[in-house]
Amino acid sequence: MEGRKLSRRDILQGSVALAAGTMFASPVRAQAPEPVAITPDLVEAAKKEGKLIFYSSMDLPVGEKLGKAFEAAYPGITIQIERSGSERLFQRIDQEFASNIRAADIVNSSDASHFIVWKKNGWLMPFVPEDVAKHFPESYRDPDGMFATSRVWLSSIAYNTNLVKPEDAPKSFADLLDPKWAGKMVKGHPAYSGTIMTATFQMVRELGWEYMEKLSKQRVMQVQSSTDPPKKLSLGERAVMADGNEYGIVLLKEAGQPVEPVYPVEGTPTISGPTGIFKTAQHPNAAKLFQAWLHTRQTQQFFIDFTAQYSVHAQVQSKPGRRKISDIKLMKEDAEGVEKMTEEIKTRYARLFRV
Amino acid sequence: MTTITTTDTSKSRIDLTRPVLWLFAAFMIVLIVLPMSWLMLYAFTDKARHPTLQNFVTLFTDPAFLDPLLTTAIIATTSAVFCCLVAAPIGWLVSRTDMPGRQTIRALVTASFVTPPFLGAVAWELLAAPNSGLLNQLYRYLTGAEDPLFNIYSLTGLIFVISCYTFPFVFVLVANALDNMPGELEDASAILGGKAWTTARRVTIPLALPALIAGALIAFLQAMTLFGSPAILALPAGFHTMTTKIWSLFQYPPKLELAAAAAVPLLLLTILLLQGQKFLLGRRGFSVVGGKYGAPRPIEMKGWRWAALAFCLIVLLNPVFLPYFALLNAAFSPNATTLVTPSTATLHNIVFVFTELSSTQLALKNTVILGASTATIGTILALVVAYVTTRRVIASHRVLGFLATAPVAVPGIVLGVGLFLSYTRPPFVLYGTLWILLVAFLTINLPSAYQQLQAAFATIHPELEDASRILGATRLQTLRQITAPLLRTGVIATWCFIFIGVMRELSAAIVLFTSQTKVLSVLIYDLNESGDLAAISVLGIAMLVITFAVVLAVNRIPVFGGGAAARLRNS
Repeated sequence: MEGRKLSRRDILQGSVALAAGTMFASPVRAQAPEPVAITPDLVEAAKKEGKLIFYSSMDLPVGEKLGKAFEAAYPGITIQIERSGSERLFQRIDQEFASNIRAADIVNSSDASHFIVWKKNGWLMPFVPEDVAKHFPESYRDPDGMFATSRVWLSSIAYNTNLVKPEDAPKSFADLLDPKWAGKMVKGHPAYSGTIMTATFQMVRELGWEYMEKLSKQRVMQVQSSTDPPKKLSLGERAVMADGNEYGIVLLKEAGQPVEPVYPVEGTPTISGPTGIFKTAQHPNAAKLFQAWLHTRQTQQFFIDFTAQYSVHAQVQSKPGRRKISDIKLMKEDAEGVEKMTEEIKTRYARLFRV
Repeated sequence: MTTITTTDTSKSRIDLTRPVLWLFAAFMIVLIVLPMSWLMLYAFTDKARHPTLQNFVTLFTDPAFLDPLLTTAIIATTSAVFCCLVAAPIGWLVSRTDMPGRQTIRALVTASFVTPPFLGAVAWELLAAPNSGLLNQLYRYLTGAEDPLFNIYSLTGLIFVISCYTFPFVFVLVANALDNMPGELEDASAILGGKAWTTARRVTIPLALPALIAGALIAFLQAMTLFGSPAILALPAGFHTMTTKIWSLFQYPPKLELAAAAAVPLLLLTILLLQGQKFLLGRRGFSVVGGKYGAPRPIEMKGWRWAALAFCLIVLLNPVFLPYFALLNAAFSPNATTLVTPSTATLHNIVFVFTELSSTQLALKNTVILGASTATIGTILALVVAYVTTRRVIASHRVLGFLATAPVAVPGIVLGVGLFLSYTRPPFVLYGTLWILLVAFLTINLPSAYQQLQAAFATIHPELEDASRILGATRLQTLRQITAPLLRTGVIATWCFIFIGVMRELSAAIVLFTSQTKVLSVLIYDLNESGDLAAISVLGIAMLVITFAVVLAVNRIPVFGGGAAARLRNS
């Protein structure tokens, strides 16, 4: 990342190297199944199953609202959302598969590298919704049709406006090392949160482990999920958020809470959350219906409007009044890089931050 | 005499006692020996299951492991001391003085026992998080100070919160011992001219000491093996305890061998402490409990009565009044730590938890099913074992008693690891079902249930049973017609005790749950991970309401006769 700004077009064309395009761009591309539209038959079959179990790391109120929208669209199907940090979900799915438990139908992870592992294990079911085939850039869908990126979001800095004046607020990751922020920051943990895992990878790549080492000396309040720092910030428990979901901050700000996002000058870590169906799903038709519904233009538009995240669906517009992702300097994603460094990040992070 | 009668009748008719008892023994071996064997196997082997000590070398050369060990030792010791300092005076005031409101104080201690420690930890986050905590806000408002008064995210904070929900264990033992202490001994000392302090020093304190030591050890074990409070408070504070460390070893890629090895020191320490307790108590033969003595005379506190009551209430602010207030406030507050006023109160959190949060119903259902079934099976199991050991029905009754007590030595998270290793592979794949949680909760609660019922049996004279046997009843008939009715209050109390234990349990559940077998404690833990404190408050209150309602309802079942609630408070 040479410090240039990414335009929306760049992102859509895949300069953000995601799992799909860069890693699996190979002759097997032709194997993706035919795109599937939402047909009355699919809806009927899904309703017969009547249930869907969705593993997701989305902020709880956001995820549950998505679930309610699905239930409203297709009455008769209930959705159960298993919310936890992505790294915890990843661990549990591993445990469950090892014991032959097939609880999860469909999963949305905030660590795109998880899909590399699941695909390698042969756990995913190929399924391509029509909208994904037509409107999703190639870099945001698996060439074999195993998953597609349902959302893109950022891990930013933020501050509490009651506790910090705008002119004193940190502008960069480097500013966070200022002694005046010692004991005043909160951040998520890469061993629990996929967002933080992905963000930590990008920060370490751009700023080096020395940066993390210095940050760890700042007596940072360590929480688990990336959805928690925005909440601790809005409570006023800490003045500055060192990392965490930017969309949480935007939503809280829109709800009138005293929080303000900061897009660091070094670039803002970018995270994409793919969704895929497990081959062993107990409710395969409901899962297919959900996957197809989730990636339609309407759902994607509704989703970004109420969650303040970003969509890679070509027809989706950003909500008026919100900052466009093309105006933000981004750090580049690299799911394959994350996959290779996962263990190192967990170990070194635990050593530095002592938890 | 008893033995002879037994032999005579069993010759003349088929007695089902033995096969039934052996079945129980086999069941308990599966319950306890199997998971512990797997644990040991993993601890002492490598990935290929070749014997090695490498896991221990790795652990004991790594400061990331030694630090938590030391931290845990500090937490357990200070909590135990703290609990004794608080529980002993309250126990004495409630049991031996004319302080007003003694029953209320007992009920409030019960309330702190019923409150799950992890819920208490969340409530104390709401109260004493350094910047947003309600108490710190109040302090700043009153004094204009910048710095916080309390920081719950600290070692001291954690010790405090653990003590809040551990002291009832000490209180119950001390108060019971004082309740059952014969007043004559103290009277004798007084008649012989002993002053109040002499009587206390020479009679009362020595008689209560074993209970206090036993309580201190239980408090130590509780504090050492607790998972919820440290998991909630230690991570933000930047340190690990043994239980959170073991849990972190489950992170992907799971290091099960290390997790098993890390569980071994906890196990050994527990066994050592229990042996120590036996040694200490065994040397002093105080067999004063159970006979017919006069009730102890309450000490007249005169002017100090109200001061004593005030002291008790101030202590109980910490585990009960303040946390309950914080939870209630958060449940109706728009952002968890703003003081609710009539104009800001919102029902949003309640609506969210009961209509939008998709795991609520499942977790509620699982918890109630597990609570009721564990309590029922556990009570029956404990009843049979207690009967066998107190009446010495079979030669190997000691083995059965040992098996029932042994799980005391197995901390919840260690048991969780052991069960995970035992039941996630064939031939017994229980992981993913409620059965594995049932097994875990049963094992965890068996020792205390057994001890309670053993004490209850001790109060029923065997002659009553002998009479029935002589008149021709089989052992099982006797048990049903004579012994059971006499035991009913003890049985109810045990049932409630186990039910509450299941509601409180998090450490084994956190290792063993899946999405379909989620329980309330795990749901609350997950909500804490994502910072949804208001939702936790609503669920926590619901959990407390259910617990109190079930306990009260069970105590009112006509077959068992009412009034067992009083018994629960004393047991």
